[in-house]
Amino acid sequence: MRITCTVNGQTHQADDVWEGESLLYLLRERLGLPGSKNACEQGECGSCTVFMDDETVCACLVAAGQAEGREIRTIEGLSEGDRLHPIQQAFVETGAVQCGFCTPGLLIQVADLLRNNANPTDLEIREALAGNLCRCTGYEQIIEAVRLAAARIHPTGEFAR
Amino acid sequence: MEFLTPESWDEALTAKALSPDALPLAGGTDVMVELNLTARRPPLLLDLTRIPELTTWSLTDDGRIRLGAGVTYRQVIEELNDELPGLAMAARTVGSPQIRNRGTVGGNLGAASPAGDCHPPLLAVGAEVEVASVVGSRLIPIDEFFTGVKRNALSPEELIAAVIVPTARGPQQFSKIGTRNAMVIAVCSFAIALDAHHQTVGTGIGSAAPTPIRAHGAERMLTHALKSLWQRRGPLPEDLVQQFALNVATAAKPIDDVRGTAAYRQHALTVMARRTLTWAWDEYWSTGEAAA
Repeated sequence: MRITCTVNGQTHQADDVWEGESLLYLLRERLGLPGSKNACEQGECGSCTVFMDDETVCACLVAAGQAEGREIRTIEGLSEGDRLHPIQQAFVETGAVQCGFCTPGLLIQVADLLRNNANPTDLEIREALAGNLCRCTGYEQIIEAVRLAAARIHPTGEFAR
Repeated sequence: MEFLTPESWDEALTAKALSPDALPLAGGTDVMVELNLTARRPPLLLDLTRIPELTTWSLTDDGRIRLGAGVTYRQVIEELNDELPGLAMAARTVGSPQIRNRGTVGGNLGAASPAGDCHPPLLAVGAEVEVASVVGSRLIPIDEFFTGVKRNALSPEELIAAVIVPTARGPQQFSKIGTRNAMVIAVCSFAIALDAHHQTVGTGIGSAAPTPIRAHGAERMLTHALKSLWQRRGPLPEDLVQQFALNVATAAKPIDDVRGTAAYRQHALTVMARRTLTWAWDEYWSTGEAAA
């Protein structure tokens, strides 16, 4: 079947998509966007987290056909050109990246958190990231990165209006 | 395999009538796992995510909540915490934010896993499942809905339209055992609902029998014992709480499996039953509901 959807602001089309295929496969193997990672294929690890119509989802659990006409935002659409997004910058500075496999999913999920919560507590950060597994860092640097990014994005702890 | 995206409920029912083997697909949190990791290949995937009436909830004439089958856990948590506190508590324990954004109450009922998190709170309040086919719709009491491990009372040409849930008439609690707080399939779970108006108690047990079940004996015993206590402001006698916990554990028929042993589940149920009853009853008498 043919699937048309918007990814990072651009319209994409793919032909001969298998009916049982996931959005993750569509992104990685057909649209040339391998930033979203494929690990567990069962929603356990969060490495394939993307925005679909403004909500974060595990792309491995969305059927490609369900993405028809939807707006998808992946890690490839987070930075502006060569300038890192403040969340990416914070991850670099705090050492929140080791092997890097979980990082794209974490960045998307953190972007979602900081969109809705200008100044999250550690508990709120842990809750928001409960579905994103990292086997390297032990999470401390990741949580530090979120605190740093929050302070830079919303310096007063409130949303700019 | 075919992929069909009906945009109306009638269209979906017609598709199911023509292809009774079609596999309904909502949030994908169960169906996609099967497609990704097993050899299951249904002839038709019926995507129900574009049918507007499935994704909303409304109040019925008799004051219950009619939850469209496609209402997500996130909606239950954000929109129905006051009306359906037990279900909202259970929804908060499901998976992760990403899973709760997609997973639906209707999907949980369709999968009918003995470990489904929605089932114990729905059992505890006596919900009804509204199912439909091209011929018409019918209501299935939640007690009769689960017919076996991952089996429910739907006929092949039927789809789940909604679940109709009485709004809370007293404190409700839910408890679930797992190895961590997130991303956990229940080792076992327990829900309790106090109905201060009718002066009754409802229960639901998950992951400790081939299907989710109520603890009928425990409900009867406690409802009877509470008759003289609803008007009294104070904690429950310890021996009554213990008796309730034992009755709950006796109702379960757990097995040994990868997530835990039968003996552990039985013990855990006594602990969860004792704690949830105590939390619910203390909320009842300490917040002044007893005087109402």
